[in-house]
Amino acid sequence: MRWVGRRLPRYEDPVLLRGDGRYVADLARGARIMRFVRSPVARGRILGIKAPPGTQLITAADLGDVKPMCPRLLRPDYVPIAQPILAGERVTHVGEPIAVVIADTAAAAEDLAEQVEVEIEAETPVVDFDQALAPGAPLVHGAAANNTVIDASIETGDIAPAFASAQQIVEFTFESRRQSAMPLEARGAVAAFDPATGRVTLTASTQSPHIMRTGIADLLGMPESDLRVIAPDVGGGFGQKTALIPEYVVAVWAARQFGCTVAWIEDRLENLTASAHSRDQRLTLRGAFDSAGKLLAVDADSLCNIGAYSIYPITCGVEPLMAMTELPGPYALGAYRVRGRAVTTNTCPMAPYRGVSRPVITTAIERLMDCAAERLGLDPLEIRRRNLIAAFPHTSPTGLVHDGGTYREAMEMAATLVDVAGFRARQQAARAEGRYLGIGFSVFSERTGYGTPVFSARKMEITPGFERVELAMDPSGFVEARIGASPHGQGLKTTLAQLLADELGVTPDTIRVIAGDTDRTPYGWGTFASRAAVIAGGACKLAAVKLRERLNEVAAQTLEAAVADIEINDGRAAVRGTDLGIAVPQLARAAYHESHRFPAIVETGLSAVATYDPAGTFSNACHVAIVEVDTATGQIAIERFVIVEDAGVLLNPTIVEGQIHGGVAQGIANALYEEVVYDEGGNILTGSLADYLVPTMAEIPDLEIHHLETITDASITGVKGVGEGGAIGAPAAILNAVSDALSPFGIGIFEMPITPQRILQLLREHRGPPQ
Amino acid sequence: MTDKMDISFTVNGETRSIRVEPRRTLADALREDCGLTGTHLGCEHGVCGACTVLLDGKPVRSCLMFAVQTEGAQLRTVEGLAEGGKLHPLQQAFWDNHGLQCGFCTPGFLMLAAGILENNPDIGEAELREALSSNLCRCTGYQNILKSVLAAAAEMRKWPRSADR
Repeated sequence: MRWVGRRLPRYEDPVLLRGDGRYVADLARGARIMRFVRSPVARGRILGIKAPPGTQLITAADLGDVKPMCPRLLRPDYVPIAQPILAGERVTHVGEPIAVVIADTAAAAEDLAEQVEVEIEAETPVVDFDQALAPGAPLVHGAAANNTVIDASIETGDIAPAFASAQQIVEFTFESRRQSAMPLEARGAVAAFDPATGRVTLTASTQSPHIMRTGIADLLGMPESDLRVIAPDVGGGFGQKTALIPEYVVAVWAARQFGCTVAWIEDRLENLTASAHSRDQRLTLRGAFDSAGKLLAVDADSLCNIGAYSIYPITCGVEPLMAMTELPGPYALGAYRVRGRAVTTNTCPMAPYRGVSRPVITTAIERLMDCAAERLGLDPLEIRRRNLIAAFPHTSPTGLVHDGGTYREAMEMAATLVDVAGFRARQQAARAEGRYLGIGFSVFSERTGYGTPVFSARKMEITPGFERVELAMDPSGFVEARIGASPHGQGLKTTLAQLLADELGVTPDTIRVIAGDTDRTPYGWGTFASRAAVIAGGACKLAAVKLRERLNEVAAQTLEAAVADIEINDGRAAVRGTDLGIAVPQLARAAYHESHRFPAIVETGLSAVATYDPAGTFSNACHVAIVEVDTATGQIAIERFVIVEDAGVLLNPTIVEGQIHGGVAQGIANALYEEVVYDEGGNILTGSLADYLVPTMAEIPDLEIHHLETITDASITGVKGVGEGGAIGAPAAILNAVSDALSPFGIGIFEMPITPQRILQLLREHRGPPQ
Repeated sequence: MTDKMDISFTVNGETRSIRVEPRRTLADALREDCGLTGTHLGCEHGVCGACTVLLDGKPVRSCLMFAVQTEGAQLRTVEGLAEGGKLHPLQQAFWDNHGLQCGFCTPGFLMLAAGILENNPDIGEAELREALSSNLCRCTGYQNILKSVLAAAAEMRKWPRSADR
């Protein structure tokens, strides 16, 4: 029986459905509670901290020689920024932790924290690009001239002749406002000191337990082996929980210092104001097209507001460097020039968020295509046909190698599904009634499953990438797969069990995937960047092949047959072409308890270790949105949303579709609703979910998903990865659709989120009713 | 505000007597004083609905109520949905239809939906979508949650209408 490809219900679910899941806050009972005192101002000098007598207060001075976080990129243009664990002399953004109080209960800790007085001499902050880059602007960090911490350029091909010969040059500035990943479970930590061993166990809501351990141990100057990091059930992460944060460092420090168990459970205000943001980008784009609509060259200037610090371990390069490398997307072009800058401001730092940069650059490049099509009198589909890459492997202007994909096929299929001609007729009829419908396409690639070959090119001091698995069958015949990846809602334990079941010839219910515990799993990088199914899955396959060889050895000897004649299916080993066979658990029992009979596996027993570290692959998709814009209210309703996705082999199509559903919902949120708003003083005006507008079921339409399947050699399982595509592609489809709807007014959309207020503003700016 | 008060209520059919500060929220009382950590806190300001429980059969945000307001009330939480080994039709439908990913919002959605369907299993899709938009989910995009609740509704319509649930 084959398990891969089946819509198997998830093994993760029953516990969660019964309310028996264990998230970090559920594990904090009995702990002393930490409450952080945070900066109420964006920029200033700390003059003093006063607490009521008897308060258990921790300040920067108490932390002594605890090192600041200072992740590095080994690039000459990178300015390292040290982030103190607790601010001692200066504060650099609202919400920055200054001190910690510890009390017996959360309520008592909150009461105490409110009584801590921090005197700060406030200074004028820099909040946005214009302030940060203005001549003579105050510097957020003395070392970062012009408030710029990365200033990089790429130029390939001959830009000047391409623009000189262009029939059409399309130029605009596209802006994505700041957003928050907003996992429904905020972050949190329980740090428990064990006096018997001297070890600390940190249970934290993280996507990357191993790198948390490395980071914290380095900063505290302790051996990694004295720290165990557990990621329990994690209530979503979306990138935000890849980052090491000061709060975790303080928790481990306090547990060691006071020999106790401490907990910090982040509240929503902290999560929205002081965790990590994303997507704050301004992209100035120029595209040169010939008369046939062929894209000759792109010239781009990308600014990323990375906030006050560079996030550990991935650094603030994550957004600008991704923007530069991947801007051309799935289009062939002759010449490409880009300048990318990371700009530091007195705002909350940036962490990766599902899609990282690509929701912004994909929207920009897809807007470029639609704008050029309009200028040249071409259909939006036709201009894409003339520019999409179609021969594989394709090497991009920045050296990315696209393995096989279905860029054009996905678009054509999506176009057929939505019946473009029929829509255009409907659109015309609606306009005659004063209703404004629009259709928008988004064709894009999702770079997935990349290991150190790609990350090393980014010149990170800490280069993530490989995943390792330790596979062992125990004497009962059950299999443990201990992985370094750390799922937090993706259903990876189910999908890997399906994959391993096929590779081992057993049933998935005999497989336990162990993750999220540094004591139980091999070093790995965690779950992010659409990598876990590809890389941890690839490692599982490699390990399973070895383990199966060992089972074959035991079976062959037990059944007195040749190894080549053994086949194992559905938990039974048999001699091919005979009715001789034995159940796998009996083989397992024999391998352990009669090991003297099996010299061939004496070294390994029934276990295997494997590592996979691929260069990565590309999933691709086409999203189509049909929207209606209400020109009286500025409201946008999504009438239909179609996705044609090629993610290679689907381990479990239901889980893949769930990833797309969630990604698209976040993409729609990015396009239409969510925005972190700062005032000029650097205060966040969107500190609650009443202000930061996460869409509900009323806003997200049912999605229509269709699959294509390109089998690639770039992934040893054929799995391409699908975690981020929904979020990457959806904003472009929405913005193109809104622009199409409003084309009678001469309105194009070049910012997101495109809120009703902005729609109305644009309508006011463009004179008169449609002709 | 910190003088404690004695209160009693029934949770999942079991009478509980606890002593809490008047300012203690119902959510904290359930989680901390009753040990029922299936009720989750996503925002503590009444928007996300992860903390939804049933109070005398109606869905409420347990983060927006004080425990002392529930003296004598009948409360149900996610831990009380299944009957022994048998999942509630909503739990089964969420499992069958991939109605959850990280699972953090799930208890709130289950209790919200239980409150809706146990009062009106004939609710139409549009009305159901509107009612379920009370709660936030960050993983699923909602489609499979709606599908799950519709599937559970079909199952629950088979229940005897007079049943006191």
